[in-house]
Amino acid sequence: MKITARLSIVIGLVLAFSSAKLAGLPAAPVSEDKKAAPSAGKSTASLDQQQMRGLDEQVQEVKSDVLSISQELSRLEEKLLYPSGTQVAIFVALAKGDQMRLDSVRLQIDGQLVTHHIYSAKELEALRKGGVQRIYVGNVATGDHQLEVLVDGKLEDGKDFSRTEHLTFSKEVKPKLVGLTLAGSGNTPVALGDW
Amino acid sequence: MRATRRLIGLCLAVGLAFCPAAGSDIPRDRPAGEVRSKAGTPSPELRDLYFGEALYHAFQGQYFDAIQRLDTELGMYHGLDQPELDTLHYHVNDAEFSVGDFELDYRMHHRAGRAIKAVLEGAVDESVRNEAAFRLARIHFQKGQLDDAMHALERIQGTVPPQISDDVEFLRANILMATGHPSEAVKVLKQLRSGEGLAGFVAYNLGIALLQDNRPQEAIEQLDKSGQLPAADLSGLAIRDKSNLVLGTMLFESGNFERARQSLDRVRLEGPFSNQALLRAGWAEATAKHYDRALVPWNILASREPTDIAVQEAMLAVANAYANLNLHGRAALKYGGALELFTNQIQRVDASINSIREGRFLKALMREETREDEDWVITLRTLPDAPETYYLMELMASHDFQTALHNYLDLEDLQSRLIAWRTGLDAFTDIIRLRKQNYEPLLPEVDAQFRKLDARMRLRLAQRKQLSNRLQAMLTAPRPDYLATADERSASERIAVIEKQLGNSRSPEALALRQRAAHLRGALTWRLETEYNDRLTAATVHLNELNSNVDVLTRQYESFVRTRQAATQSYVGYDKPISQLRQRVDDAQQRVDRLMAQQGHLIEVVAINQLEARRDRLVAQQLEARYGVAASYDRAARAQADAGEKK
Repeated sequence: MKITARLSIVIGLVLAFSSAKLAGLPAAPVSEDKKAAPSAGKSTASLDQQQMRGLDEQVQEVKSDVLSISQELSRLEEKLLYPSGTQVAIFVALAKGDQMRLDSVRLQIDGQLVTHHIYSAKELEALRKGGVQRIYVGNVATGDHQLEVLVDGKLEDGKDFSRTEHLTFSKEVKPKLVGLTLAGSGNTPVALGDW
Repeated sequence: MRATRRLIGLCLAVGLAFCPAAGSDIPRDRPAGEVRSKAGTPSPELRDLYFGEALYHAFQGQYFDAIQRLDTELGMYHGLDQPELDTLHYHVNDAEFSVGDFELDYRMHHRAGRAIKAVLEGAVDESVRNEAAFRLARIHFQKGQLDDAMHALERIQGTVPPQISDDVEFLRANILMATGHPSEAVKVLKQLRSGEGLAGFVAYNLGIALLQDNRPQEAIEQLDKSGQLPAADLSGLAIRDKSNLVLGTMLFESGNFERARQSLDRVRLEGPFSNQALLRAGWAEATAKHYDRALVPWNILASREPTDIAVQEAMLAVANAYANLNLHGRAALKYGGALELFTNQIQRVDASINSIREGRFLKALMREETREDEDWVITLRTLPDAPETYYLMELMASHDFQTALHNYLDLEDLQSRLIAWRTGLDAFTDIIRLRKQNYEPLLPEVDAQFRKLDARMRLRLAQRKQLSNRLQAMLTAPRPDYLATADERSASERIAVIEKQLGNSRSPEALALRQRAAHLRGALTWRLETEYNDRLTAATVHLNELNSNVDVLTRQYESFVRTRQAATQSYVGYDKPISQLRQRVDDAQQRVDRLMAQQGHLIEVVAINQLEARRDRLVAQQLEARYGVAASYDRAARAQADAGEKK
């Protein structure tokens, strides 16, 4: 019975801590004991907690507003800088399961260098997980265009990988989306996809 | 002794946070936004590039960009007359879920809840609806809205996607525990046959549920089991350590010191619970009056990071153990060491408090290297020139404080975006002004030329249309004269003139000429009649040849019209939206600045409160150590005197 009574204290504490996260385990080795956490301190902590939650609500609201501004700004930017009649967007993806370490991609449209991107570890990881990078947005006239893609990287076995591919895409009146799928292995280092 | 033990037990209990592993800890069924097709069927094929782009941002933790991209896409998708023709259609359910996930990751629970509710209320498959209900329940649970969480779970009916079925039941058990229904939680957890990823959490929570249900013996046995489960990853090892730590504390509380020690010994020495386990293992021995054995874990602990609360407690405990072993000289030395440590630590805490008051904590938060690591909250501690974080680890581990820190960083990110946008809007205004300057003088002349060309073009197109109609009519009502060449037409007209000139003269010359004229007309008519079909075919072919030229002309015409419209659209009609956006950006900037100041101030206040509490504790320990030094020297002197007298 005595044990049960003591355990009930523990249970009370269990409930008090019910929002603690496992994710925080490595960082939660200690807490205060009674000496260090008097009741006045607890009420201050609770007040702080309330204030933090109140601020969190406001932060969520402002994030929502800023996201809405960002969307409107993107639409304005697209209309102003990349009207649909001339817009071309080029996307880069990695072939599924490809282990090439992509270092950089350089793009030329009709002989003009339009972008040269060097990949960070985070970006490479995002590509490997299936993300698609919009590497370039610009304007071209309607008709056929030459696209030169230069890919540099390292293969899984440590060998350098460098390929230049010449591709053609056709721009129509609507916005043009060009998808490039890169692969270190296989016969097609750069596969062109039309959307 | 009993009172001491109870006090220690209470202290330990507070320190332990005997909590069930919460719903937020449920491992995600899959990484946020992993590509799936409709109705949860895995599909490796990505059909929508912009959805892929949103994932690309999300995989890098750039949730703002991910939400912005995906929200825009979804908005456009839902605005389409035939959304099924859009490439996003292949991923739309996943996109709806993903946007909710990204919003959760960006700490926007309200919006995440709304996004998931939209899925729940849409016309979707049963399994998708059930997954949405689960996700909604998880959000409510994280926000502490337990009734809503249970209500959301109750909406799950029929087929539950197999990849979330365990998570659903685990969450149900957590909600039941949090709402004070441990016996029901026990039933749910006992039936749960989870995979390896969740097994440790289920076992641990079952132990806690039994404890809550006043079944301590069963709880002990369950925690004993969960404390010995195989673990493959860090979280599995951590939950196993936690089970052993909780079990050890319970056994200690119940006076079963030997078994408590065994349980605490199972906690890994290098794990996050190691310090607490060593401290408690020492107390378990000391309470059984095995002071020499207590010294083993405490001495290990005493050599660890001196800012840790368990280490500081061990410093006094070691000295106390030596005193209890009547080794007063050694005890005096240990108390002296503890006194020195507490004095140094008080100085460090004071330095930290001053440092925070000078704003260095917030500056350290915003340093670039702070955010490079996923565990930035942990690594913050090791940053050079940031002593203020030494004593804040516990605070930093709390959900609310971490949210506050993240919010502060998010606000700083928003602030820099807004500043950049403000500059961007100024640049747009400039572009518009320059375009206007360029186009306005050119366009009147271009328009005038166009009008002339347009009139000529319309005339020719009308002629072509007339010819086409005439040829069409000649198919049913032949008109050979319409297909006469210019020479033939001229010859026909000359014959008519000759015939007119000959009049009705009956002279032999006139008769001969009239006959010749009739002969000529007959020859001409013969040619027109006999060649009619060939000529009609040739005329149709020629007209069709003209079609390709007309098509080129039409394309050029349309291209010009588009370009002409684009020229106007490139600078007309932007003033109002830009001015409205500028106003919105300014307003948002003010709000962000204000919130950042408030959030920063609150973080500093909370951190200082925490440090002051630790300082109070250190001062009390310093006093205890000072008393211990004096008492130990006193006892050592008395022992020496007693020994002298005996001699």
